[in-house]
Amino acid sequence: MDHRSALERILRAIALTAIVVFFMFPIFWIVLMSLQTNETILRSPPSMSFVPTLKNYAAIISGELDSNAGTMSIHFMNNLLNSILLSVFSVALALLLGVPAAYAFARHKFRGSEDIAFTLLSFRFAPPLLVLLPLTLYFQALGLANTYLGLVWVYQLICLPLILWIVRGYFEDISPDIEHAYRIAGHGWFATFRKIALPLAGPGIAAAGLLAFIFAWNNFVFALVLASADKQPVTVGALAFVTASGIQYGQIAAAIVMSIAPTLLLALWAQRYLVEGLSLGAVKG
Amino acid sequence: MSDVLLDLQQIDKIYNETSHHPVRAVKDLNLSVTQGEIVALLGSSGCGKTSTLRMIAGFEAVSSGEILIKGRPIHKLAPARRNVAMAFEGYSLYPPLTVEENIAFALKSERLSKDEIRKKVAEIAHLLEIEDILDRYPGSISGGQQQRASLARALIRNADLHLLDEPMGQLEPQLRALLRGRLKHFIKERGLTAILVTHDQTEANALADRIAVMEGGVLQQFDSPLHLKDRPANLFTGTFIGEPPMNVFPAQAETDGDDLKLNLADGVCLTYPASAFSDDLKARLLASDAFVIGVRPHAVKITAGGHPARVYANQWLGDQTHIAARFAGQTIVSVRHDRAHHAPGETIGIDVAAHDLHIFAADSGRAFSHGGALA
Repeated sequence: MDHRSALERILRAIALTAIVVFFMFPIFWIVLMSLQTNETILRSPPSMSFVPTLKNYAAIISGELDSNAGTMSIHFMNNLLNSILLSVFSVALALLLGVPAAYAFARHKFRGSEDIAFTLLSFRFAPPLLVLLPLTLYFQALGLANTYLGLVWVYQLICLPLILWIVRGYFEDISPDIEHAYRIAGHGWFATFRKIALPLAGPGIAAAGLLAFIFAWNNFVFALVLASADKQPVTVGALAFVTASGIQYGQIAAAIVMSIAPTLLLALWAQRYLVEGLSLGAVKG
Repeated sequence: MSDVLLDLQQIDKIYNETSHHPVRAVKDLNLSVTQGEIVALLGSSGCGKTSTLRMIAGFEAVSSGEILIKGRPIHKLAPARRNVAMAFEGYSLYPPLTVEENIAFALKSERLSKDEIRKKVAEIAHLLEIEDILDRYPGSISGGQQQRASLARALIRNADLHLLDEPMGQLEPQLRALLRGRLKHFIKERGLTAILVTHDQTEANALADRIAVMEGGVLQQFDSPLHLKDRPANLFTGTFIGEPPMNVFPAQAETDGDDLKLNLADGVCLTYPASAFSDDLKARLLASDAFVIGVRPHAVKITAGGHPARVYANQWLGDQTHIAARFAGQTIVSVRHDRAHHAPGETIGIDVAAHDLHIFAADSGRAFSHGGALA
């Protein structure tokens, strides 16, 4: 079956390895760093041989950060929890609002539908800092500043357009006649949406949700401006590692490993749905 | 009429109504279908036949007019509440379900027991020759099989009206011929009422009790297959129905003693005894400057004493010969049911009997007469 020559296969393998190494190396290096002390990280020349230590992880989890100048307390675990709360609720709300909206935009061409959809997308064009200043003033007046509700609301600027536009495309790829066939057999439009459209667009919804989750997780500037210490996610919390007495590379690395772990796990779990989406090509047309 | 099942009253369909380019897909359509009748909507692509079907099903809103089923206006109801079944041209099977489940889900609302559903599915699967693919998924079967599954899903329903959108377009010719007979038997035996959308006139002729010919969103003629062929209401229906198409020639009339002469192009003159035409028709023909005569290819006779014409193609189709010849500045086609050996370049004699003439107005295309008497 395989008509490729041995040489071709070897070259392919080398190319693939090079690509994997190129993209994975920073992560690999960070994992290594997280298992070393600041001294071994900073020694010159750098070396791959070291005695692994879990001290950095222990410090992060306990919140007691050792530095040259003494001990200082950080709230990394609290930040991690904030990240999870903010991302999960933002994506959940965006899915709740965005998926029905995407269905409406895909199936019903009403007056101004394209304009509304484009306006929603245009939220992504505006530089966040430009939006933030007036938003901060309004939020303070409304009492939404430094609340989870306010942050989840602002995060919709990131999540909602993304989910709306990706999921809309998936709905548009489903032949309307599949839904028509279900409706003419005696089912209402909501049953059709739930039983036919949602399952068929499922992989697309999973992909969009995952992407929105990553964007929400990595958001920095909204939380920096709108949240105080106890509501800040890891992206903002990581600033605490840059101290007057030096940068704690080992602990930063450990914090990074811990903060990418949830998204990584989510991506691995969602992967099977994404693959399922690819094999569902028969739906089209 | 008390047994009218479906009544379309002054239906208009305008797409993009609010935009700068509104498209009138269906214009002032009136159509009545009686209980137990099979009606075909026949026309070329974009003639409005599928739009009409989708308005009856409820997937398109009517722009104006009313649709009644059993006297009840249904054009504002949701598709689920119209009690109609439909087979879609694009099959539209639900991919995560097997063929059997796809067919059965149309029955969900009829509250039948599992055994009854299985029995009905088996029966319809046997009819449409899809028993062997019942446990397969739509993605793994051919287009023709998907189409039959989609047809089965519509036929299994106990609905007031069955809408079939090009139900056999994807089938091989042999299977199509076989299933046409079975489909007609099935519909008639159960007394179902069906509307069939097709661009295949053989299918329309074979299945339908009446055919609605549509063109440009306008209903051209709604009549039995026999009348469509013998008494086309206008030039469009005349040339659209029939294979090969009707031969048409612009003509003028004059009297010469006891004869009526029809002058065609290139000095060709068809002469008939004036008594072959009714007095009304004669008066009408002589009064109009120009009209169009049409002759079905089957009625064009090749005789030794006929008007000369030069053969340019001879096609033997296995059971009939199509002979094309230059005549009166155009091509005339004659069909014979034997094997005729007229070689290209040969001169033959063409003859057309008065009772085979269809005469149409040159401007409106409306039929004046069929076979010597006013239409």
